[in-house]
Amino acid sequence: MEAVPARARAYVACVAVAALLCLLPLPAVRTPWWEVALLAALSAGCEQAAAHRRFAGTFYPVLLAGAFLLPPPAAALVALPGALLSPVEQRPRGLRRVWRAAQLTVGVWAAARVHGAMGGRDTVLASDFPYALVPAVVAVLVFCLVLSLLDGGILALAVGAPPTPFGQWGRIPVRRAWRGLFLRSLAPVAVHGLAGLMMAVLWRSPYGPVAALLVLLPMCVSWWVFAQYHRERAAHQATIRALVQAVDIKDEYTRGHSERVGQASMMIARELGMDDDRIEVLRFAGILHDVGKLGVPTRLLRKDGPLTPQERRIIELHPEYGHEMVRGISFLGEARAAVLHHHERLDGSGYPYGLTGGQIPESARVVAVADAFDAMTSTRSYRRARPVCAALEELERCAGSQFDPRMVTALVHALSRHGWHPAVTADEPGVPRPRPAVPGPTGARR
Amino acid sequence: MSARCAPKTSCRVPPILTLVHTSAALLATGSLAFVLWTGLEERGTALTFGVLIAVGELNRRSGPHVREAAPLGAAGALSYALLGESAGAPTHHGAAQVVTVVLAASLVGSVPHVGRGQGPLADQLARRVLTVGFAAVCFQPLYNQGTFAQWGGPAYALLLLALLSLTALCDAVLAAALAHSRTRWPFGPLLRDELRALLGIGSAVVATGAVMALAVAVAGLWALPVFSVPLLLTQLSVRRYAAVRCTYRQTIASLARATEIAGYTPAGHAHRVAALSREVGRDLGLSRPELTVLEYAALMHDIGQLSLVDPVPAGATASLPLAEQRRIALLGGAVVRQTGVDAAVAVVVERQADPCREQPLAARIVRAVNAYEEKARDAGPGGPLTALEELRLGTAGDYAPEVVEALARVLSRDCLTSPATG
Repeated sequence: MEAVPARARAYVACVAVAALLCLLPLPAVRTPWWEVALLAALSAGCEQAAAHRRFAGTFYPVLLAGAFLLPPPAAALVALPGALLSPVEQRPRGLRRVWRAAQLTVGVWAAARVHGAMGGRDTVLASDFPYALVPAVVAVLVFCLVLSLLDGGILALAVGAPPTPFGQWGRIPVRRAWRGLFLRSLAPVAVHGLAGLMMAVLWRSPYGPVAALLVLLPMCVSWWVFAQYHRERAAHQATIRALVQAVDIKDEYTRGHSERVGQASMMIARELGMDDDRIEVLRFAGILHDVGKLGVPTRLLRKDGPLTPQERRIIELHPEYGHEMVRGISFLGEARAAVLHHHERLDGSGYPYGLTGGQIPESARVVAVADAFDAMTSTRSYRRARPVCAALEELERCAGSQFDPRMVTALVHALSRHGWHPAVTADEPGVPRPRPAVPGPTGARR
Repeated sequence: MSARCAPKTSCRVPPILTLVHTSAALLATGSLAFVLWTGLEERGTALTFGVLIAVGELNRRSGPHVREAAPLGAAGALSYALLGESAGAPTHHGAAQVVTVVLAASLVGSVPHVGRGQGPLADQLARRVLTVGFAAVCFQPLYNQGTFAQWGGPAYALLLLALLSLTALCDAVLAAALAHSRTRWPFGPLLRDELRALLGIGSAVVATGAVMALAVAVAGLWALPVFSVPLLLTQLSVRRYAAVRCTYRQTIASLARATEIAGYTPAGHAHRVAALSREVGRDLGLSRPELTVLEYAALMHDIGQLSLVDPVPAGATASLPLAEQRRIALLGGAVVRQTGVDAAVAVVVERQADPCREQPLAARIVRAVNAYEEKARDAGPGGPLTALEELRLGTAGDYAPEVVEALARVLSRDCLTSPATG
């Protein structure tokens, strides 16, 4: 509970009070209690199932159906039990539960209020079709707007504080945060809203709640498949790491190097303003750049003593081996070119093809800088690590002849802004073995 | 790999296939003739459903790992078969009209796919016509006679659901029978896979079909576009899931090639072992998830060799001393465990050198197929037969007899006598 600023607590308390105010007129309106109970139980059940199976996101159709069916205070009540009972993984659990419940209550109340004010409940009852869509769409917009405003508020007040919806760090301009939140949540909430509307219409039809429940089944399947997709994607990324760990089996000297190069490549790409997909591809490019070392005989990688020119030539085959391995993985895109060309130099003295300047793919130029930077700043058994500033000076000295100056500048800027905190999970300080002063097969040579 | 997954057509058409196609054709022509004779009822409704089905077909996606290729088309067709009212007014279309509209819309929607030369169209059309015909024949005549008139609302909804579930079951049996007759893979596991798929996207199709029929009854045709959106979303999720599965497979295949590039195993070895293992596994009746585990394990079975300082000559682990084989297998299991692949894969890789009585079935298959591949590889024209004979002689201790027999069946059936065809 240590990291929650007082203002964030106050903000959550304010929203909670607002939620209670939404529920206050409950005794005054005619509430169909069994409908409220059924919907609340459904909503809570979906939340539990979602948490149990690690689904992503909230299941809104039931809440929105409530907003389309019930008077505002009753609709708001539907959201309460599910949010309060839902399991929360991160601490502080109590605060998060209160926040979630209060936020959903206020959102659903606002949606139901707008929907009711536009006469939506009558159109649902009469299933008056093109016109029933209008209040529903407006209500969905309001719901989305309220949720993102509340989320944006907490982002602006206490960035990084526990109730933050995404694990973000660093300061975010408030307006950008709000706009991003709204646009990101609009599409899924709109689809959930359509399902909610269908549910509400069928609920009020002669077929009753049984038919309405059927609406949930395709939504649940869709949700489940989406979760499967995320699980499979995570497994896939772990497998990419395994490609790298296979290199570690052979060459223990460079443990953790690949992950760090991936991180540095990502920082450079982000600094250059590339879009998110490309940043991700460049991270993979950094992680995989040395995968071709699998093709180099283990004896050579572990050799104690100076390498002969012929052995050097064999080691210099690793970009081509690496490309041979990853070229069948279509989603890696331009990362494959980076694996092949990360030892090219701007002046044409690199390998394997001796490309110059703009002939070298951009991705390869990014990875080359990241590779050299990490090679210099990490401890190798044959020499101590250099400090970051010395490494950057060295990079700047070689910019133009060996490295693309644009990438070097981007790295310098990114480091001055965020600092260099490499993940050290795989970086165990092993027993240093004697290693020749001849540069190894990394980008550190000059 | 995928070439082997694809169904193979034999020269002689199996009787089940003829039966299914003939009955579908008879049903279709009969319905068409009837509709031409009597004319279309409620053209607007027919047209709207037709458009929905055609759009669903246009978005069809084919591939070896797709269970329901066109869920929107299927749900639309089923809901038209079970449609009794539109916006409160009863409809009058009969079963013949349902079959005709669905057939016409499916044909229109498949034009681009046929243009691109994709897919065994006849099977899909026959399945669609027969299942929709079944649902419509069960429902429409009884409804039009007013049998369901005194059923209450919720009971009617449950009736539709029950009818659709029955239809889905019949469809699963039909699909398994068609796949069985085309590929000659065992019927039991195929049916099991189809039934398992019913729980996933199949249930979404059934529920959507029922809900669409009910929603159109209440709200009129407006309900169709509104309700197509969630199903389109499901379709999108399924597609992304299939895409990520596909890239995952590519990654595993690349990981498998690491040993080849490192010079530990000959080029294409892992690939051939995986393809042949899959066939043998299918012959032995493994289910779809088990086959995936088997395939991944076969692809990565040599990965432990990466930790050897010097390569085994030609990667032929089958001729190494047993202790060394086990050591390599354990090292491979350790690598696989780090990959985040299903732990079952690691177990198979780890235990591939154990005595066959203690091994899980997948490990037995990998071991026998690997040995066959290594023995048959360089042995010239008579190699495969000699290799198979050696495996048979060795079955007492090293190779499981039932796996070797399945291997022999697969080899004689698919004419994989030369490993170079892999």
